[in-house]
Amino acid sequence: MSRSLRPVPNEMVPHAGPETFDANARDALKDKQLRGALRNATVLFAQRRVSAVASAPDWEGLRTRARAIKDDTLLHLDRYLEQFAANAERAGVQVHWARDAEEACAVIAGIAEAEGARHLVKSKSMATEEIHLNAALARRGLEPVETDLGEWIIQLAGETPSHIVAPAIHKTKGQISELFVEKLGIAPSDDVGALTAAARVTLRDRFAEADLGISGVNFGVAETGTIVIFENEGNARLTTSIPRTHVALMGIEKLVPAFGDLEVFFQLLARSGTGQQLTTYQSILTGPARSDDAEGPRAMHIVLLDNGRSRMLAHPVTRQSLACIRCGACLNACPVYQQIGGHAYGSVYPGPIGIVLTPQLAGLAGTSQLPYASSLCGACREVCPVKIDIPALLLHLRAEVVSKEQGKSRRMERLTFRLYTAAMLRPRLVAFATGVARTMQTLAGEGALAKPLGALAAKLVPPLGAWTSSRDLRPLAERSFREIWADEESAARDEP
Amino acid sequence: MTSSRPRVALFVTCIVDQLWPTVGTSTVRVLRRLGCDVSFDQRQSCCGQPAYNTGYRDEARQLAQKFIEEFESSGVDAIVSPSGSCTAMIHHYPDLFEDDAWRARAHDIAARTHELSTYLVRELGVEDVGASFDGRVTWHDACHGLRDLGIKSEPRRLLSHVKGAEVVELPECESCCGFGGTFSVKFPEISTAILDRKIDAIERSGAQVVAASDASCLMQIAGRLSRRGSNVRAMHLAELLASEA
Repeated sequence: MSRSLRPVPNEMVPHAGPETFDANARDALKDKQLRGALRNATVLFAQRRVSAVASAPDWEGLRTRARAIKDDTLLHLDRYLEQFAANAERAGVQVHWARDAEEACAVIAGIAEAEGARHLVKSKSMATEEIHLNAALARRGLEPVETDLGEWIIQLAGETPSHIVAPAIHKTKGQISELFVEKLGIAPSDDVGALTAAARVTLRDRFAEADLGISGVNFGVAETGTIVIFENEGNARLTTSIPRTHVALMGIEKLVPAFGDLEVFFQLLARSGTGQQLTTYQSILTGPARSDDAEGPRAMHIVLLDNGRSRMLAHPVTRQSLACIRCGACLNACPVYQQIGGHAYGSVYPGPIGIVLTPQLAGLAGTSQLPYASSLCGACREVCPVKIDIPALLLHLRAEVVSKEQGKSRRMERLTFRLYTAAMLRPRLVAFATGVARTMQTLAGEGALAKPLGALAAKLVPPLGAWTSSRDLRPLAERSFREIWADEESAARDEP
Repeated sequence: MTSSRPRVALFVTCIVDQLWPTVGTSTVRVLRRLGCDVSFDQRQSCCGQPAYNTGYRDEARQLAQKFIEEFESSGVDAIVSPSGSCTAMIHHYPDLFEDDAWRARAHDIAARTHELSTYLVRELGVEDVGASFDGRVTWHDACHGLRDLGIKSEPRRLLSHVKGAEVVELPECESCCGFGGTFSVKFPEISTAILDRKIDAIERSGAQVVAASDASCLMQIAGRLSRRGSNVRAMHLAELLASEA
């Protein structure tokens, strides 16, 4: 292909942030194409997951073992990290520690500049999204080309991923064809094979010229200093083997203690994520190429990223957030995600695990709507391969929001809950108040004023208005249960 | 226990008390039909779930203490509630207390609190309650009952013995209806989008009645069914089990 194709730096569409989650979600709900794409994809993922899970000999046992391994790792994370770093260094890796996103970006940019790298390629990594690595490198004229098909599509479109494992899940085949026609100059096509082939031709050239490859890490093994990368397209293998330098960015929670522990996660990750028994490629990398190796990078760096993770270690409820292996199953299972997709969350990690991680990584300021973006149905907990109790985490975060947030909207809510509690502690008061409400309801129901009074009530009591905007309200019963019971009791007493 | 009659305290729940009292009267009728001695303490109010789920733990704790104290004094064998969600809340009570004594009391109350269908099937060992109902019925697995209490086969077994009722499975029966307590009014558009998928499935099932064991989910479902002009009726399990030809 003759056209030179490099993404335009910093062309990202600025999606609204998590502070406007409610408005973002309303916009998403109006997007028919988005909802169609989401529905198809999440249903398909869920079906595939069910059959993949059925093919595992002892799914519950695997989940229990995986969680136990992660719990042990997180409880002794300091020790395992030191062990991992020492073993990786022994294998020839240069290990870097980054406290936050800024440090991690600076380290990676520094490596690229020191190596004199000019052509960067990157395989899929949520950690690099989390630290906004592409934008940081672009500011130095070093933006890497994404090589995962989905990531590449959204890079071409100037967007951000909307799913942890399927970044372009929000796009239809037609939209991708249009994008390729515009950016690659190909003829329009609705043939997935033809579209993929066009991407492959372009990306092969990028691999051939690349002098630095950036990857993420699915698992790091403490006892050997090994990193493991799961993928389906072979692009991660090319990214980590063709360029003369490989940089891997790894969250500090990605460790497992022993090589043998991988067996458990090999069975869980692909089944949960894509509904495969195993991904097409598993790259198991211990250090750069040896001097007598014909292939492989001459230099290998691992950047260990904290960025708020060590804060989560302190409390047993929040600690479990770090057990996440980023499979994305909770997104596919979530009724909220299924309706609004990933961008509405306004954060790198969407869906149930996202509304748990984002407020913890970024702090509650500006993210306090997120823990409430769930009906607490528990479908996420049910599919999680490492048994993270996401509803419990959400309740924990909600309690934190209530104790810390003093904003105006929270003042009204706080008052409402104080009044509600005060009333519920005095059931006679409730009986009296509902009695009054029932009388008003009866009077209004009989007159011509019913409609305007209802509209007024909906305006004065916002939750009532929110309910009746789409659902009919069940009226108060003519007699409450407690009145019926009292009547029957006194009737029984009066009987001779 | 000296008497063979199980002594049951009814925890009726706020929604049933004020909005859907026939669920309460039906629960009493079914329990009495099976020989239970049913009591109802007029002091009872809310289990505290709205506060707990919104992050108001202190408020939830006050209501939990009230619940524990009142139901401890009832001296019954079991506390039965026609709601999976409120029963699940009672089962969360121990998490609200750091004090060991209160935790123990919360555990004791939680162990004795049962959702109606589980009480009938697991505790009383009854599947046929002698009900009859003419119509095609489908079952919605309400989330907290399903995932916190493991209620799945119990209501289906009970319904399968209702004379005249034809039970059809609901597509995506385990999907949320979108209620989620304050979620339904904090994010009404998302809640309704989720609900519409549920309503579509109910319509597809061909049922005349959609049933569940939570009045809250049923209120959400019924509110949208009527807004959409549907002929499908929402009924509580207790109402179906209480009905006789």
